[in-house]
Amino acid sequence: MTDTAAPAQNTGPRISGAFHRLLAFSGLIALVVVFSLASPNFMQTQNVLAILQATSVNGVLAIAATLVIITGGIDLSVGTLMTFCAVIAGVLLTYLGLPLPVGVVGAILAGVCCGLVSGVVVAKLKVPPFIATLGMMLILKGLSLVISSTKPIYFNDTPGFTQISSGSIVGSIFPALPIPNGVLILFGVALLAAFVLTKTALGRYTFALGSNEEAVRLSGVNVDRWKIAVYAAAGGICGVAGLLIASRLNSAQPALGQGYELDAIAAVVIGGTSLAGGRGTILGTLIGALIISVLANGLRILSVPQEWQTVVTGAIIILAVYADILRRRSL
Amino acid sequence: MFNRRTLLGAISALAMLTASGSAFAQDKYDIAMICKGFQHQFWQAVKAGAEKAGAEFGATITFEGPETESQVDRQMDMLAAALSRGPDAIGFAALDSQAAIPLLQQASAAGIPIIAFDSGVDSDIPLSTATTDNVAAAALAADKMAELIGNSGKIAVVAHDQTSRTGIDRVEGFTNRIKEAHPNVEVVTVQYGAGDQLASTEITKSILLANPDLKGIFGANEGSAIGVANGKQELNSNVVVIGFDSGAAQKAMVASGLMNGSITQNPVGIGYETVKAAVAALKGETVPKIVDTGFYYYDAANMNDPEIAAVLYD
Repeated sequence: MTDTAAPAQNTGPRISGAFHRLLAFSGLIALVVVFSLASPNFMQTQNVLAILQATSVNGVLAIAATLVIITGGIDLSVGTLMTFCAVIAGVLLTYLGLPLPVGVVGAILAGVCCGLVSGVVVAKLKVPPFIATLGMMLILKGLSLVISSTKPIYFNDTPGFTQISSGSIVGSIFPALPIPNGVLILFGVALLAAFVLTKTALGRYTFALGSNEEAVRLSGVNVDRWKIAVYAAAGGICGVAGLLIASRLNSAQPALGQGYELDAIAAVVIGGTSLAGGRGTILGTLIGALIISVLANGLRILSVPQEWQTVVTGAIIILAVYADILRRRSL
Repeated sequence: MFNRRTLLGAISALAMLTASGSAFAQDKYDIAMICKGFQHQFWQAVKAGAEKAGAEFGATITFEGPETESQVDRQMDMLAAALSRGPDAIGFAALDSQAAIPLLQQASAAGIPIIAFDSGVDSDIPLSTATTDNVAAAALAADKMAELIGNSGKIAVVAHDQTSRTGIDRVEGFTNRIKEAHPNVEVVTVQYGAGDQLASTEITKSILLANPDLKGIFGANEGSAIGVANGKQELNSNVVVIGFDSGAAQKAMVASGLMNGSITQNPVGIGYETVKAAVAALKGETVPKIVDTGFYYYDAANMNDPEIAAVLYD
């Protein structure tokens, strides 16, 4: 996360990644500048906080998706897995009346377990990741509805629960800056994921799997085990997203979640992570997620009709990926 | 080079959008409406009504809603962005009234009047709620049912759920009206199929098989009503069916006589009355706490009348 920007002609995957992030970052800055000039309401503290809060869930999901995409896989189940984990938290806290920490740990563990299942199906059963996680997406969507009897589970009996996302530790120290805890959690998850990717064996194998899985296998590494570990880690992160969204809504909404995987993948792609695997950064993904929320918020503030908001968002995604292709051509 | 050019293009496109967006906002009221779902025909009809009132009373309307009626968090983001924009008034149809309350309090603190529409919020913040009187609408269904079965006999109800406001109001409105006004008619059972067409079909078939002398069934929302009619068709029954809402499938069933008739809400009226109440509130006039936007009974005979056809949607 600390690499500095460098011109594109200095080739090498690390530096060009930095260049792409610079590009995505300047895109983000350009959007912020345009919206600030266009509307005095955009840069107000309250709105900036609203944007950050709107980013928190998608950002965390996108970080989970980034890990899997770097291995050359894809995870379509992140959205419904998030919902499943939220429902598990609801069952533990509201149905069973267990204390808050049990609900938090339980939701994350549920995510890890589901990630393990996806990982095993991909690595051991050799089902292509697209199909394996498409299946998981539907299984988890169904299970969430079954477990909750298709009704929202409210957390009214666990008063501290809404604090996870909507409370503000920063605000209790600096009242002028009530940054919601959910935003801190997003940055915390991002730091942790960036650390794992850049400083640990798991991170190195994540990139290696995406670059050339066969070479890794031939060098005697237990490829399956590392791949399963990546899916499990992504699952755990989806568990965090489940806690964030449930806390924000003070309820686990079992029907929600499908479609959220596409926003997450869009953030990953805008952030410069290659869908072909082997390349990507958490910082890029964060910027990608911010671009999506800034765009949605800014267009709403400018009263752009919803139909056109969708068109503009789609165009930005294509632009971002086209920029990526141009950059790779120049290598 | 390419990147810079495309970026500039995007910026100038945005700038143009901005210019056209703010050109209106000078003399007219700016009203942000946030509904429950953007693509459904029901909401498009609400939007049409809101825009009609906007043109009439001098207000520009923005109309947004999440992709599906389950995306509560996306609706919160839309409400938060609308608040930041600082419109003159907000119209809001809450997906989950609990989740929305902190933001509604924020709006109220900022002095932005809020008009609820379609379904109420469990709060005093909305100045007015433009909605269908579901109790009265279901009572009209009860009267029509009694009339069609000759004012005596057994009937049943297939509803969508026991917890939502519309589910409770329609079931109670129907059964209470039968009890009060039609003593020779008996509601033998009320069952719930989650508004799912297939589940409602199976429920209907089991009700019909268990009660061979049943004379009529009321399906309390679109999915329930279609399910009831499907069940009737699969068993070749000639039971009287009265539905609720419209939609292409239900309209076809009413036209063919498979469904004897149905109650339609007035989504255009819901949108119209919401904007009308918002403008009245902005002018400092008092607004009624509840605006009943009306409902109609339609059957094969009257569904092409201009007044009815205008409130039916596909």
